[in-house]
Amino acid sequence: MSFPWAEQYTPKHPVMQWVDEKLPLPRLVYNAVGAGYPVPRNLNYFWNFGVLAGLALVIQLVTGVIMAMHYGANTLVAFSSVEQTMRDVNAGWLMRYAHANGASFFFIVVYLHIFRGLYFGSYKAPREMVWLLGLVIFLLMMATAFMGYVLPWGQMSYWGAKVITGLFGAIPVVGEPIQTWLLGGFAPGNASLNRFFSLHFLLPFVIAAVVILHIWALHIPGSSNPTGVEVKGPQDTVPFHPYYTAKDGFGAGVFLILFAILLFFLPNYLGHPDNYIEANPLSTPAHIVPEWYFWPFYAILRAFTVDFFFIPAKLLGVLAMFASILLLFFLPWLDTSSVRSGSYRPTFKKFFWILVIDVLILGYCGGAPAEEPYVMISQIASAYYFAHFLIVLPLISRFEKPLPLPNSITEAVLAKHGHSDGETAAVPAE
Amino acid sequence: MASVEHTDGEVLAGGDGVRRRDFINIAAVSFAGVGAVAVVLPLIDQMNPSADVLALASTEVDLSDIQPGQAIKTTFRSQPLFVRQLTEKEIAEADKVDPSTLRDPQTLEERTVDGKKQWLITMGVCTHLGCVPLGAGEGENRGEYGGYFCPCHGSSYDTAARIRKGPAPKNLEVPKFSFTSDTAILVG
Amino acid sequence: MVRIGAFLVGLFFAGWLLISFLVGAVAYVTDPPAKTVEHEFHQAPKHVSFSFDGPFGKYDRAQLQRGFQVFKEVCSACHSLHYVAFRDLKALGYNEAEIKAIAKQWAIKAPDVDPKTGEMSTRDPVPADYFPKPFANNVAAAAANNNAIPPDLSLMTKARHHGNAYIYSLLTGYQSQPAELLKAFPDSKTPEGLHYNPYFANLNLAMAPPLTADDQVTYGDGTKATVDQMSQDVAAFLTWTAEPKLENRRRAGLATIIFLLIATGLAYMSYQNIWADKKKAA
Repeated sequence: MSFPWAEQYTPKHPVMQWVDEKLPLPRLVYNAVGAGYPVPRNLNYFWNFGVLAGLALVIQLVTGVIMAMHYGANTLVAFSSVEQTMRDVNAGWLMRYAHANGASFFFIVVYLHIFRGLYFGSYKAPREMVWLLGLVIFLLMMATAFMGYVLPWGQMSYWGAKVITGLFGAIPVVGEPIQTWLLGGFAPGNASLNRFFSLHFLLPFVIAAVVILHIWALHIPGSSNPTGVEVKGPQDTVPFHPYYTAKDGFGAGVFLILFAILLFFLPNYLGHPDNYIEANPLSTPAHIVPEWYFWPFYAILRAFTVDFFFIPAKLLGVLAMFASILLLFFLPWLDTSSVRSGSYRPTFKKFFWILVIDVLILGYCGGAPAEEPYVMISQIASAYYFAHFLIVLPLISRFEKPLPLPNSITEAVLAKHGHSDGETAAVPAE
Repeated sequence: MASVEHTDGEVLAGGDGVRRRDFINIAAVSFAGVGAVAVVLPLIDQMNPSADVLALASTEVDLSDIQPGQAIKTTFRSQPLFVRQLTEKEIAEADKVDPSTLRDPQTLEERTVDGKKQWLITMGVCTHLGCVPLGAGEGENRGEYGGYFCPCHGSSYDTAARIRKGPAPKNLEVPKFSFTSDTAILVG
Repeated sequence: MVRIGAFLVGLFFAGWLLISFLVGAVAYVTDPPAKTVEHEFHQAPKHVSFSFDGPFGKYDRAQLQRGFQVFKEVCSACHSLHYVAFRDLKALGYNEAEIKAIAKQWAIKAPDVDPKTGEMSTRDPVPADYFPKPFANNVAAAAANNNAIPPDLSLMTKARHHGNAYIYSLLTGYQSQPAELLKAFPDSKTPEGLHYNPYFANLNLAMAPPLTADDQVTYGDGTKATVDQMSQDVAAFLTWTAEPKLENRRRAGLATIIFLLIATGLAYMSYQNIWADKKKAA
């Protein structure tokens, strides 16, 4: 790590010294999320969402392992095993609702985490790898969430599986064999359910592994901050513990309160009623929608209604949907502005907020039935989505005149609190 | 932890207001701890038998087709249950034994219902390590005491299903049961 | 290179989306989508209030028992309640002997296998049994009901938007087809054997009105059994079958949230306290 002033792990107890010699795991933790990790002192509440995403992952892992104890991955019993968990297993309803709503909360905090990264330019050098690994986590989450939604074997599970694997069927020549291969049959069935269960159990642990890489990559340059100005010295940082552990503890409390409100009082609010009907391959629900966290991408998928010469509209939609996520991998090289934080980029800021509204509109249209005016609105909104990242952003970073940056984090903090520079000396070096 | 001590050191110098501040930190951490423990309870409880399992905790057995000397094997709480009608000879053999010489002293009376001494109802679970003893099926080895014989480690039970030889420490367990009619029992 | 490539890809997607939009917009103007009869005449469920509404509402046991009676005497002839067991009725306030009697006297017998011959047979249900299905399978159900399979009702109130109001509205919403409908959509006359009901998704329901007259059931508690009352009661009962743990959930939720509010308050004070020296210095 590049912070010479970071506190050193010095175990006092002989047992801890012994452990440190043999396996310096406590030292690793101390340097990762303990007092040994100096963090910019000016992080705002948007910096809570990384830890909260970790908390959401833990909730999903724990409740998920428990759900697996009561689940039967067979089309004959899958639906009733989930119902039985809800009715007969001790605290089963709690586990099931926590797992279902936990997925939504995981996406909420991850979307806010991505929002933070986009606005404050966290993806820029030297933190490109952190951003790329974060996107890998996001993709894994989407795959995990999709497969998890199939497991209760309700109507939306079944038809969701059919529609999403059908996307692969849009690929010319190899599409249909791929779809059949993914499902292990010609329609979702026992084989599909079993493999989705297996992978749904596996992928969260892969996510946990990539999370470790994500945090590792973050610790090489250290955390970014709302000014985007790099840390210049000890006066700019505080140790992660106790300063940010305390702040994250408060954040976790707020997160859990909101989670508890949904979990205990509105547990089916984010779900779809059709998933309380057992899968029926002979009857399609009136309108098939994925879970809310996929709505923006679903809107992009459905926005393509006209064939492009020899490319069918369906394939274009699939390509565009994947492109809408994959383009984020190129973001560090598309936005070339040397200024990180959106706070100091007046033009960027305006377009950024347009993007946020745009994505919200896409989300709304993705959840609405596939009829006018929603399709037309999502066409405009999707067009802006691609234009924003691929055209507007590179142009802004080229022509925009950023506001003057503060000289250091400490200066920015002092300016905010309305004190003169003279007091800088009073800041104790941690 | 090192850093908590470090901050403690700092605050201690501050005097009275500081102790209140320490108290808040301790209270916050304690609350988090209590919350974590409270969360663990349902996580443990979910592994206990569920309501549908508990609902199947009793079994009815029809005795009308069991002749003296015969036994049937059925299930109770997902475990084998032996229901046997003893012959006069088997009853006499069981009564002949002085209970005080047994490893797990019990008389046949204590193991059956008054007036229906011929009906021996026991779990088919060896008290050694839980194997299913032989002897309930037609032509199976009943061991040298004519009751049940466990093939896993050679425990022999007599005609009252009491342990007589081999490693098992206890007699075959007699579950709670009652006669609902002359030819039917309700176990559990 | 990255930026040139991105620019071209962006131009392609955005451009083609705008062209798609124009194509769609032209079609929308020249050939506007036809209005459907469902769109025009389908109605959202009526407003109806229950004792379990709101975050702290509880089930009214007497109402659940009345609703169960309606289910038993009317609905259960065709509809299964497959995820509910007789033993679950304990939550409605019945004691074990009553539950045993209800199970034993249930009109539909539980399927069983004859222990001697191995042939399929039936027996009186016991409390551990789930409510037996009125039809052996979907084919039998369809054959007996004019090709429409009566759905299982265990989860019905969770399987529809505003489920309990939906059940209530459906049961009280049968009516003759409005004249305006036939005028605007002459092809949409309710087919023979179906029944017009504006609260049903496609307006024409295979189920004949099940609750047709007051006092169709005789309530033991003296409540007047109007069609409206019976519909409300059975809707309440089906809310319970779909969400039997509702009260446990709300109770646990209230305790959890109170605890979390205190814990979060303390966490905030602790956070402020730990940062006090930093804030002061700044």
